[in-house]
Amino acid sequence: MSRLYVARNTRVAARNLDGEMMIMSGKDSTLFTLNKTATIIWQSADGATPLDEIVERRICPAYEVEPAAALQDAESLARELAAHGILDVSESPIIPANSQPADSHPANPPAGESR
Amino acid sequence: MSGLMQELSNKALALGVPMSVQLDLTYRCNERCVHCYLDHDDHGEMTTAEIKHLLDEMAEAGVFMLTLSGGEIFLRKDFFEILEHARRLTFCIKLKTNAMMIREREAARIRDLGVESIQISIYSHRPEVHDAITLVPGSLKRSVDAIRFLKSQGLKVIIANVLMVQNMQDYEGVRALADELGVESTLDPTVTPMMDGDRSTLNLGVDNTALQRLFRNESLVGDVEEFCAVPPRPGEDELQSLPCSAGHTACYVSPYGDFYPCVQFPLTCGNVRQQRFVDIWRNSEQLKEVRSIRVKDLSGCSQCTHVTNCTRCPGLAYMEGNMRGPSTQDCEKSFARTGIPSVNLQSKKPSVKNLIQIRMQPAGVAVSA
Repeated sequence: MSRLYVARNTRVAARNLDGEMMIMSGKDSTLFTLNKTATIIWQSADGATPLDEIVERRICPAYEVEPAAALQDAESLARELAAHGILDVSESPIIPANSQPADSHPANPPAGESR
Repeated sequence: MSGLMQELSNKALALGVPMSVQLDLTYRCNERCVHCYLDHDDHGEMTTAEIKHLLDEMAEAGVFMLTLSGGEIFLRKDFFEILEHARRLTFCIKLKTNAMMIREREAARIRDLGVESIQISIYSHRPEVHDAITLVPGSLKRSVDAIRFLKSQGLKVIIANVLMVQNMQDYEGVRALADELGVESTLDPTVTPMMDGDRSTLNLGVDNTALQRLFRNESLVGDVEEFCAVPPRPGEDELQSLPCSAGHTACYVSPYGDFYPCVQFPLTCGNVRQQRFVDIWRNSEQLKEVRSIRVKDLSGCSQCTHVTNCTRCPGLAYMEGNMRGPSTQDCEKSFARTGIPSVNLQSKKPSVKNLIQIRMQPAGVAVSA
């Protein structure tokens, strides 16, 4: 079975809000949110690391899940995000058009302040 | 606001995250719109390096929606350098511009950089009216040409029209122009005072009769009966709610680094040249005061019939003298919508003893205008 490579589309807007990504499609301004697991995949989607490796290294150690089932879910997610134009998917490594970060800035609550 | 966006805004509010920021890059402008609230001199704009540093801080603080505005943003020679930096930080970017400096090349670059939308001010479909407002001959043609360039690149363009005495006959024409160009359009009947407090621009605002006509135009407001209905009495939830997102999930930074709750709310909360963006956001005493205000705390407004659906702007109220007070322009809108004067308008009615006045002037005394 061929491996799948995933890369964040450089035309989207994205920000991490308390561990969950907010993503605005560059194609049609549709807004998406990713849960914590999907956010891990998004942040790891550098175009160079195969999806199975992302699942093995980042998802399986953190969640009680069968690796095969996790990979299947991850592939469905990747293809769904690709259909919306917010993730690029390929069977060979993807060279990014420019080096856009995943947004590693977590928008966490300011210390001692929660309203 | 869409359901998902509302949900995210609520989450940002609970977490104390500044979801949305307007950053004015310059107050300089190549138009001289008669209703503009800014002076157009450069009093010491932030440098390219300062702005990039600020953008880094904003991203770190969790800002997602970034509006780049002015003045005219394309007058900054480093505009694309700033935009590129902002996009590298994955902001969702909206540009506000008169678009006079956008040609094919700029439009293509904006597309390549993944800008979410471009808002362009158009005041009339007739050059003689639009150009008389911008005070720049040929400005309508240049702005409309730019809209075509941007549309040809597949970009989302929104025409923003401010309704004034000068163009009150033309809003249907602007909407037809927007339809022809295949873009969205918005209409705002609010003319704001100058940032320095000068209120002379308010004389350009349309009168109550024109507002009434506007609010009864089904093509603008949808269900007229519903739009103009007298609102229900407020429940405890409404009285405990926040008057506006300014200072709660949104804020504004001027070209000089001044930090306000909103572009229309010139309460200085700090300066990003002296403090980190996030430190002002978290610790400013002024922002804490703004955040402490609930609808129940608004003097007059909390007892007003219109409190549940009034468009009251806290910034306009602040410029009127009291951030907990009414914004008379919004009182006038509520009156035009429902025919019922607000508590504030009722208090401004002349008293009976002043209703009829006789004034006399002895012969030979000069009259001044």
